[in-house]
Amino acid sequence: MNFKQALTAVGVASLMATSAAHADNLVIATVNNGDMIRMQGYTDDFTAKTGHTVEWVTLEENVLRQRVTTDITTKGGAFDIMTIGMYETPIWGKNGWLVPLDDLSADYNVDDILPAMSGGLSYEGTLYAAPFYGESSMIMFRTDLMEAAGMEMPEAPTWDFIAKAAAAMTDRDNEINGICLRGKAGWGEGGAFITAMSNSFGARWFDEDWNAQFDTEEWANTLNFFNDMMSASGPAGFATNGFNENLSLFQQGKCGMWIDATVAASFVTNPKDSTVADSVGFALAPDTGMGKRSNWLWAWALGIPAGTQKEAAAKQFIEWATGTGYIEMVAEKEGWANVPPGARTSLYENENYKDVPFAKMTLDSILSADPNDSTVKPSPYVGVQFAAIPEFAGIATEVSQEFSAAYAGQQTVAEALEKAQALTNDAMEAAGYR
Amino acid sequence: MAPAVILLLGWMLVPLTATLYFSFKKYLPLRGDSLENGLEWVGFQNYTRFVGSSSFWPSVQTTLIIVGSVLVITVILGVLLALLLDQPMWGQGIVRILIISPFFVMPTVSGLVWKNMFMDPINGILAHLFRFFGAEPLQWLSQASLQSIVLIVSWQWLPFATLILLTAIQSLDSEQLEASEMDGAPALSRFWHIILPHLGRAITVVILIQTIFLLSVFAEIFVTTAGAFGTKTLTYLIFQRVLESQNVGLGSAGGVYAIILANIVAIFLMRIVGKNLDR
Amino acid sequence: MARATTKTRKAVVTIAAWMIGLTIFFPILWTILTSFKTEGQAINDPPLFFFFDWTLENYAIVQERSNYMRFLWNSIIIAGGSTVLGIIIAVPAAWSMAFVPSKRTKDILLWMLSTKMLPAVGVLYPIYLMFIKLGLLDTRIGLVIVLMLINMPIIVWMLYTYFREIPAEILEAARMDGASLRSEILYVLTPMAIPGIASTLLLNFILAWNEAFWTLNLTAAKAAPLTAFIASYSSPEGLFFAKLSAASTMAIAPILILGWFSQKQLVRGLTFGAVK
Repeated sequence: MNFKQALTAVGVASLMATSAAHADNLVIATVNNGDMIRMQGYTDDFTAKTGHTVEWVTLEENVLRQRVTTDITTKGGAFDIMTIGMYETPIWGKNGWLVPLDDLSADYNVDDILPAMSGGLSYEGTLYAAPFYGESSMIMFRTDLMEAAGMEMPEAPTWDFIAKAAAAMTDRDNEINGICLRGKAGWGEGGAFITAMSNSFGARWFDEDWNAQFDTEEWANTLNFFNDMMSASGPAGFATNGFNENLSLFQQGKCGMWIDATVAASFVTNPKDSTVADSVGFALAPDTGMGKRSNWLWAWALGIPAGTQKEAAAKQFIEWATGTGYIEMVAEKEGWANVPPGARTSLYENENYKDVPFAKMTLDSILSADPNDSTVKPSPYVGVQFAAIPEFAGIATEVSQEFSAAYAGQQTVAEALEKAQALTNDAMEAAGYR
Repeated sequence: MAPAVILLLGWMLVPLTATLYFSFKKYLPLRGDSLENGLEWVGFQNYTRFVGSSSFWPSVQTTLIIVGSVLVITVILGVLLALLLDQPMWGQGIVRILIISPFFVMPTVSGLVWKNMFMDPINGILAHLFRFFGAEPLQWLSQASLQSIVLIVSWQWLPFATLILLTAIQSLDSEQLEASEMDGAPALSRFWHIILPHLGRAITVVILIQTIFLLSVFAEIFVTTAGAFGTKTLTYLIFQRVLESQNVGLGSAGGVYAIILANIVAIFLMRIVGKNLDR
Repeated sequence: MARATTKTRKAVVTIAAWMIGLTIFFPILWTILTSFKTEGQAINDPPLFFFFDWTLENYAIVQERSNYMRFLWNSIIIAGGSTVLGIIIAVPAAWSMAFVPSKRTKDILLWMLSTKMLPAVGVLYPIYLMFIKLGLLDTRIGLVIVLMLINMPIIVWMLYTYFREIPAEILEAARMDGASLRSEILYVLTPMAIPGIASTLLLNFILAWNEAFWTLNLTAAKAAPLTAFIASYSSPEGLFFAKLSAASTMAIAPILILGWFSQKQLVRGLTFGAVK
């Protein structure tokens, strides 16, 4: 044991003695995103500070969602902390399945959480999950290719501009696709993208009486525009591309533009992984002049299942992981560009963070998305790229499968919309909405 | 009967009873329905709704296509490969090891490897190959989705078929073969009249065992297409109803249908191939 | 002359067989090769075969992220435990079916096999609730029991086909000598069936090792085997072919090596009495 370790040990011992708390072992279910994996590397710091140990269950997003949903609905108690999103939190909070986070310490400063984030992670004003990082979506584009195409990206472009620029940047011989977007089936993949995009075309999922709206012109416009643009300027096989596939393509320099999660900005500007790190520009997600942009709002957050025996320790962990201390620790060790973004106001007021190239655009994007008012026409649901009702995930996955089949040319856009309309109304009827 | 049978009966009956019970109930866990609060009886509503869904018949069709195609491919290629491997050659042991290897690979891993490193239309090795020959790379999982799934699953099960059939061929009485060779019987008729009948029982076993596993193929689809592009099998549809839509009642009704389908296939198999087992 | 043709023929057969063998093995070989590349080399066009800078960094990254040994150990315990327990329970059942057959034996066997066709997800909720009640969630013993029951039909059937090949006269002779039923099974039957039992053991070990629905859905941190290990690598961020390959190689290597060494034994069992 070296000196530093000895000091830590003494520190832990005294801390444990003074707080007289016994050490717990927390089981945490989490998603395999870069920021979460980075956090796992810092677990020792948490253990040193509190004496509690942590065991991670890291799963791919879809598997994670099934796993934690099964556990929470059956009160299985397999996990002490679950990583969940803006979709699950209000639904679970309403059912009383999560421990309300209304008694976090003063040091933690709950009011510092961005209002857009805490709003989306609350039910009736009570916070049920603390955001580890928050995101919206924005345009990431290659400044060099844009210049070569003789165009200039406005700060807030329209979809028409994007389609033009995409066509101009496309260079099939050199394997450069003007635009890369998600076409992959799944409500959290292509489903999320097309829903956010449809908002800017004036479409909505449901009218005020929960009738599906896929038979409207707005949806036809959305889907046709997307499909035409991607067929002309998108990568081969875009119907199976999700976040990771597109990130990989962009990092290899095969995309002119990419509209996706703001967190991706730190990956595409990181010279270690990205071949185009020094020529990436950012802009707000496009619109069509109807008053809504096509960016979403999401947070990966930590919640505590009701009924856990380790509530106190779990809260300690949440304060550690989502507090400002963690951000400072990561900034000190790995640089400000690598801290978890989008969760706290103070981060965007920090002078050091202002130098990060994508900081301002991330914040602007987050601030321009409003889950309570996301559609041009009135809608009965909360959520930008989803509707926060329990049935949505199942329905939207099936709908997006129909859309992906249209992207792949297996059916026409009109057929896809017709099927989407029928199956959505069907499911809503089964759930007793209609 | 022995403890194994009793245990298996228990294993069969408890979940089966539970599935039957849930299939008549409205059970939406995310809406707060739970066993403690009591579940609402809804009669046959779940059954009619499950069949009424536009996804139902396509999913049955997809299931049968996948099972049928993989069976045909593995049996035919298996017989041909077994015939080849039965010939004298150098390094037969190593070739056997090469061929049996896919059988040991986890379905999840084989799905991931095929999807990403082979079938990816940009970075996949098949795309490199297509481009090398000047062809436009095929978008496997969207344009030839069902064929791709069949290819992956066949890759996993071909070793199984080949090795069973090879063992069967090797047990063939060589004197009988040599005698027919002396008679000047052409290779094809030798195959048709002596080898193939001898393989009957082995082929039966291959079909029976593979059908059992193929009817519940899941990981390969989940990892590659997630049920999109017409690759939704009945098993996958039930998964969607239970876990993605969180409608346990509806999914349970689907489970009952799957049991019925499995039993139809089983009876069919018993009629057609069961007799072969007695020989 | 005749010798020359056989030699040519042998050469042709050898080349054809090796080419087919390598084609079938290629996805695995490619995965293993890719696991030693950097992410950039992994997607290089044209693909790199052997001439690249071999690196172990992917393995280091994967190991740093997840504690491989624990997943491996859980896999061994769960697959091994369920197989051994299954065989202990199945031997008497298979014995009675093989030597005291009734008219219904064949029906029961096929019915047992058909239970394997039930889609697992349909009973996830009941089983999950049962596991909570019994405190079996995220325990190795719980998975041992579930996997044993799942593979039981295959085990019983394999043993049955093996036992049936043992001539009944031998057993009768033993019985005449005054052997009890127990010692009959233990000292007469079992030794004769050792090869069959061994291959049954191997096949079920493989099936249990690769089972990915229950092992994923009934575990959390403590009992999770390699199937859960790989579930965290299916879509990491950005370029990931090399890391995915390393994780895949780690997940399949133990069973692959075991399979290679025991394939002769295994194949004999796989024939399910198909060969007389």
